[in-house]
Amino acid sequence: MELSSFLLMRHEISLLAIILLLIIAEIAIPDHKKSSILHLALLFFGIHTAVGFLPLAESFLFGGMFRSNDMIHFFKGVLNIGVFTLLLQSAEWVEKNMLSQERGTEFFILLFASLLGMYFMISAGDFLMFFIGMELSTLPVAALAAFEIIKRESGEAGIKFILSAALASGVSLFGITMLYATNGSIYFEDIVTTLNAENLTLLGFILFFTGLAFKISLVPFHFWTADVYEGAPIGIASYLSVISKGAAAFILMILLFTVLKPLMHIWEPMLYVLAVATMFIGNIFALRQENMKRFLAYSSIAQAGFILLGLMTGSQLGTATVVYFITIYIFSNLAAFGVVQAISTKTGKENMKDYEGLYRTNPKLSLVMMLALFSLAGIPPVAGFFGKFFLFTAAASEGFYLLVFLAVVNVTISLYYYLLVIRAMFVRKGEAPIPFFENKLYMRLGLLITVIGIVVLGLYSPLYEYIYQLSAGLN
Amino acid sequence: MNLINLLLIPAIPLAVFLILGIFSHKIKPAASGVIGVAGLATSTLLSYYTAWQYFFVSGKVNGVFQTFVEKTVWIRFTETLHIDMGVLVDPISVMMLIVVSTVSLMVHIYSRGYMKGDDGYTRFFAYLSLFTFSMYGLVLATNLFQIYIFWELVGVSSFLLIGFYYTKTSAIAAAKKAFIVTRFADFGFLIGIFIIGFYTNTFDFQLLNDPQGPAILTWASTSFMGLSVITWALILIFIGGAGKSAMFPLHIWLPDAMEGPTPVSALIHAATMVVAGVYLVARFFPMFYMVEDGFVLQIVTYVGAFSALFAAVIAITQTDIKRVLAFSTMSQLGYMMMALGVSGLEGYEGVGYMASMFHLFTHAMFKALLFLGAGSVIHAVHSNLLQEMGGLRKFMPVTHFTFLIAALAIAGIPPLAGFWSKDEILVAAYENSRFIYGVGVFVAGLTAFYMFRLYFGIFWGKDRQYKHTPHESPASMTIPLIVLAVLTVTAGFVPFSELVTADKAGFEAHLNLPLAAIAVAVGALGIFLAWIFYKKENDLAFRFATAFGSLYKWTSHKFYFDEIYLFVARNIFFKNVAAPIAKFDKKIVDGTMEGIGNQTVVLSRKIKGWQSGKVQDYAFGFMGGLVVLILVFIYIFNN
Repeated sequence: MELSSFLLMRHEISLLAIILLLIIAEIAIPDHKKSSILHLALLFFGIHTAVGFLPLAESFLFGGMFRSNDMIHFFKGVLNIGVFTLLLQSAEWVEKNMLSQERGTEFFILLFASLLGMYFMISAGDFLMFFIGMELSTLPVAALAAFEIIKRESGEAGIKFILSAALASGVSLFGITMLYATNGSIYFEDIVTTLNAENLTLLGFILFFTGLAFKISLVPFHFWTADVYEGAPIGIASYLSVISKGAAAFILMILLFTVLKPLMHIWEPMLYVLAVATMFIGNIFALRQENMKRFLAYSSIAQAGFILLGLMTGSQLGTATVVYFITIYIFSNLAAFGVVQAISTKTGKENMKDYEGLYRTNPKLSLVMMLALFSLAGIPPVAGFFGKFFLFTAAASEGFYLLVFLAVVNVTISLYYYLLVIRAMFVRKGEAPIPFFENKLYMRLGLLITVIGIVVLGLYSPLYEYIYQLSAGLN
Repeated sequence: MNLINLLLIPAIPLAVFLILGIFSHKIKPAASGVIGVAGLATSTLLSYYTAWQYFFVSGKVNGVFQTFVEKTVWIRFTETLHIDMGVLVDPISVMMLIVVSTVSLMVHIYSRGYMKGDDGYTRFFAYLSLFTFSMYGLVLATNLFQIYIFWELVGVSSFLLIGFYYTKTSAIAAAKKAFIVTRFADFGFLIGIFIIGFYTNTFDFQLLNDPQGPAILTWASTSFMGLSVITWALILIFIGGAGKSAMFPLHIWLPDAMEGPTPVSALIHAATMVVAGVYLVARFFPMFYMVEDGFVLQIVTYVGAFSALFAAVIAITQTDIKRVLAFSTMSQLGYMMMALGVSGLEGYEGVGYMASMFHLFTHAMFKALLFLGAGSVIHAVHSNLLQEMGGLRKFMPVTHFTFLIAALAIAGIPPLAGFWSKDEILVAAYENSRFIYGVGVFVAGLTAFYMFRLYFGIFWGKDRQYKHTPHESPASMTIPLIVLAVLTVTAGFVPFSELVTADKAGFEAHLNLPLAAIAVAVGALGIFLAWIFYKKENDLAFRFATAFGSLYKWTSHKFYFDEIYLFVARNIFFKNVAAPIAKFDKKIVDGTMEGIGNQTVVLSRKIKGWQSGKVQDYAFGFMGGLVVLILVFIYIFNN
């Protein structure tokens, strides 16, 4: 093994270096200049994101523990853009925190550590690496959720998250041990050859599956979602709903389509049931939410249900549509959370009622929000429509007509509550609409990226074609 | 072919539309006119350059014009069925680029004078740019779906422009009528597209027209009610084309569309959009010709011939000068359709195709000229009605002279453009069917008659008591007239038979002297009769009208087609179909939906308790769900 083969871990190494640099900066930079760390972190991560798109070989390391291929590489790039956008959107909030509580660097360190965990998770070649990655991606988020310690809700969110996460990963690890017991190996490549549908293996698989189901917040493993989103800082809620969920859905797809393919006759009906439950529960709960963060929490649960539709196909078309959908979902949800973040940072208001009359006072923000919600609802011609359209096409082409019908019913329900927000912004006058405010440069950039993403991903087709090509040979 | 050039041609009008649309209240009217004209002038130059490149430099390989296609997959349904976006360059698309650019540029320049002082000046230019963009897109489309997208876009821009004076009730009604009637036709078009996509697995023009392609090779394999499904699809597509090209019986929107500003009528409802239907048939010509041995072309021929005759007869009795021109347009479009219908595919047999495209080209020039001339007249006397005009030749010499040239051209007098193209159409018809030829000649005579009725009525006869003395229009309006007049004189000498033919190889065209002589004689007869009737004011016309009392009444009411449609729509469709459906919708569909909605809300209230906020409850849910999954999928599914 040559030193240069470590370059396969380029993303991980560079992110680790950024974390270390930030720790040093935290120590070296005097207190009154602390806010410069914000710009430093953004700069580093911006470079990291840009460099991340350079081509990378397809290979594996450490005897198969760590692997990378074009699809994984591409998806890390997508995650990077997502996190970068999120940092831009959170910059003002972080700065506020730095000034008032002298805490801010931790935000970046913890967030990057979690992202590092996700890299390892989606690059994992065996269950051990996978589990370590999953843990690394989860634990820092608990700290982040409790970041605003002076707020009671924030602490509550942290506790609820860590307890739920501990339960989920415990169960998941238990499942992994069973898989090891029946297959005699933890390497994906070995397991796929020996896997068969005996009861102990299935038990192991289902237990293992709950770990990821927890992260994607599938019903009934979703209960933590709304409370944590509501209590946690918006940036973190956004991270959980966008980056964390996206990465988990991605790796779940890779695992199902490759390693766990022999169990397809089991997981296909299982996903069917979970998809229906998740879509309906998510949507019905979303109908009644007043708080924007809770509202988005349930909306993102419902969206996870849609993702399952693509996962059930197990085909190249399915892979491509799922990755495409997740990518679009990341941008759309980031846009929605970004607007909530902007308003909350300036005014502290988070309820749907506060948004009444927003179009009159802040037309641009309202338009971004409208675009994001249209994309989430799947209204043409924005990206979300194509994402859903392809997803449903993939599911229908495998013969899941009833499921697609149920999904369409759910799209209709979701349209109702997305339009509630739009009505509040555009139609309602409101007694005391939020006064006009200017966003800072970072926030504007952060929103701009999402808007470009929503528009371009839908209309610029070569991207989908590219993803489609990457999906070849993944299953 | 230079792709950037090609893409810029539609991109510039789009950019102009966006700029004028977004900053409409910030841009001064004068500036918006300049922006519009400058943008389109650039596109026009690029179009001319493309045409020159294609026809005279790089288009021809081994004596055959090649088809250049640049495209990218936009939406993929399956491996073979996908919607592409791209540009397609072949003789007819390049010819259409020239037509659209030339007429649109002239109309842009003309509008700066015509629309001066209008409140919606900037909006007008924005719409014109939108229309021009859509028309370019339609012309350059590479596949059925792309052409459909732009097809609808030109429909929308036409709707916007007909209803431009949106405070006028009649304009709004006309806009709606145009939109709804063409919508019906487009619905047929859309179904045709779906059938084609389903049975041939492609939307691509080249594949569909390929004699070895999936459509033409396998059309006979699936049949429906005695005809191949592909034939049905072509019929439906032709219905779409007939709607846009105002073919009988879908023509009723075109006369009303004259409510729009006159430059719009010249651009959209005379020269460009209305020929889209003809263009569509030409685009699919190999398929029309080969599927079911040209059965659909028979339909095209008879619909075209009948429309030509029908409209020409109506045009004689109309008194609104724009409506006369509108029916004349419909009649000439029928001519083009008829010529396509009688055409063959290879070599000289394709003379009808060539003639149709040729006539499309020359007609665009002289009909735009007629409309712009009429606009100039309307501008001067502030009325559309023939009886309020007369003796205008003294006041408006330029308008008078250019209008005369255009009228002679449409009457088929040599050596003007209309003579050449009309002659080719009659030759093609003669070689296919004597009956069709007879109709063609008769229509040619009628055309000359009604056109000179119009001419004499406007420019000769006695002066009316004009409130303001009419005066010649400003230079911005007369210059386009002069340019188009020059084109009307010269366009006939373009060697179409070498450039635009069905097999793209070209053939030797020759003047068929006897046929040409007959056509000219008939045209001259028509003019002569109009001279007797209308040169000097006399009661001859009136006496004829009373002699043919009922016929005259029928004709002047356009054979009561509007009334028939209205009756069918109101008394039959609304009462017996729409009303019950509306009831069903309100009571049952809405009721069910509202019920579901209410139940959903009730349900969501009931299950709200599940989210208790207690972590131990959540863990219980988590473990409970897990146990259920295990029980179901291990003990039920795996056994």
